[in-house]
Amino acid sequence: MAVLEVSNISKRFGGLLAVSEASLEAQAGRITALIGPNGAGKTTLFAIIAGFLPADAGSVRFDGREITGMAPHRICGLGLVRTFQIVQPFGALSVRENIAVGAHLHQRARGRALEAAEKVARQVGMEAQLDKPAQGLTIAGRKRLELARALATQPRLLLLDEVMAGLTPTEVNEIVAVIKSIRDAGVTVLLIEHVMQAVMSLSDDIYVLNQGRIIAHGGPRDIAADPQVVEAYLGRRKVHA
Amino acid sequence: MKKIFLIICIFFLVLPLFITSRFWLGFWTTTLFFALLGQSWNILGGYGGQVSFGHAVFFGTGAYVSAVLQVRFGLDAWTSAAIAVAAGALVGAFIGALSFRYGLRGSYFALVTLAFAEVFRVLVNAWDFTGSGFGMLVPMKPGAASLQFADRTWFYYAILLLVVLAYAITWRVERSRFGAYLLAIRENEDAARALGINAFRIKLAAITLSGAMAAVAGVFYIQYYLFVDSHVGYGPAMSVNALLAPLIGGAGTVLGPLIGAIALGSLAELTSALLGKQPGVNLLAYGVLLLVILRFLPNGLMGLLKRAPRGSS
Repeated sequence: MAVLEVSNISKRFGGLLAVSEASLEAQAGRITALIGPNGAGKTTLFAIIAGFLPADAGSVRFDGREITGMAPHRICGLGLVRTFQIVQPFGALSVRENIAVGAHLHQRARGRALEAAEKVARQVGMEAQLDKPAQGLTIAGRKRLELARALATQPRLLLLDEVMAGLTPTEVNEIVAVIKSIRDAGVTVLLIEHVMQAVMSLSDDIYVLNQGRIIAHGGPRDIAADPQVVEAYLGRRKVHA
Repeated sequence: MKKIFLIICIFFLVLPLFITSRFWLGFWTTTLFFALLGQSWNILGGYGGQVSFGHAVFFGTGAYVSAVLQVRFGLDAWTSAAIAVAAGALVGAFIGALSFRYGLRGSYFALVTLAFAEVFRVLVNAWDFTGSGFGMLVPMKPGAASLQFADRTWFYYAILLLVVLAYAITWRVERSRFGAYLLAIRENEDAARALGINAFRIKLAAITLSGAMAAVAGVFYIQYYLFVDSHVGYGPAMSVNALLAPLIGGAGTVLGPLIGAIALGSLAELTSALLGKQPGVNLLAYGVLLLVILRFLPNGLMGLLKRAPRGSS
């Protein structure tokens, strides 16, 4: 069952067609990856799905419900939450307070939200940093916080925008395990990622976006073997030497 | 934290017993007045990060509406006060709805609030109904029914009560979801929206509460001085006073505006004792103090105390 159905989304910035008739689906309980070279339009597509940018054409359906053009906070209220590629911590607040902001979506009482924040922090391995101010975190910590905050809203669909960028291989392995556990808890995940080893080991389903268009779709093996994908990433192979 | 509140409350409750001169009673009354005005700014600017440079628009509305209702319509002081506070909330909601709907942030929002205060100043200055250039004079009529007190100590206790209420409200806000959302918006509005926060609604609620609180200060002012004109009511000086106290004391903290108001009041008295009562000398001193604070204590005087993790208490 498709939790998310993106159909024929297009977005133009002046003379640049950032996304062109892109369609994709995220199946319930699975991890779907959206990959592609820099500037392919991945983050733009994410922003449109989450309501941060209006699309010029096309529609986004979440749980069978039309959410195209809805305000971000309403989309989040329905259970679709995104993280930001460029991390956006609430710098002056502690880790606990940061995560509690997400938890408040379903929890009015301050005390309960702070408790929920602790639980989520344990889930993503941040319990040691609960009382640290967010601005004092390392990049890996900030990426985790971004994930934790989103998770605290108890989403059914989680959009992760490059949560592994800039991490060491050990940190990548840790966060891969966290994302798997999130999936196993029943949350559908759609992620943008450049770390290929992680994409291949995590994803059930991969879409490749190049110059605003979806050029390939399939399981990890199909994608790795797809000549169009290889070309998009590495350029065309010269046939004659 | 509760203990500190209690100690401060007791200090201010018994303070008049040790004050013998009318001068010092007046000093503490105006200090508490600025602590109230500063707190109203603090809710919007300190917690919500929406820096208003025209808070006089709410203060002046409180003072003017109350004065006009009493003088022109013969309403009693209590009813006038209630309507004036509602008017302050309404002006807040109006300015908020306009500027937040169109996504004004930072200096643009500050300029719009300043512009509104100036427009109101020009309007009341031009209109006979609001006393034009002469201002509004409320006739003296001491008595509880007219909210005027022959014994100035009562004014002191009245403003103390208002300050305690305002600070209790702020304390509650700080420990509520509303407060957490305000901080989130201050720190990063986009991230806040991504986490399901209706930023427009939260900011609108904050500016409405802030407007009502500043109007309470305006109502107190008119009952205390029985006079308001366009410069006092809507002039930039009151706007600056509203933001100086929390900035110096510590924006986004409950006690910051009170600490700031005490610091500013003491500084003003100190400079006039040292340098004489030339007008503007205290403003010069305020400016120097603000620069020093911004340079060395960006979190205000409250930044001297180590910040306890909020909400865990």
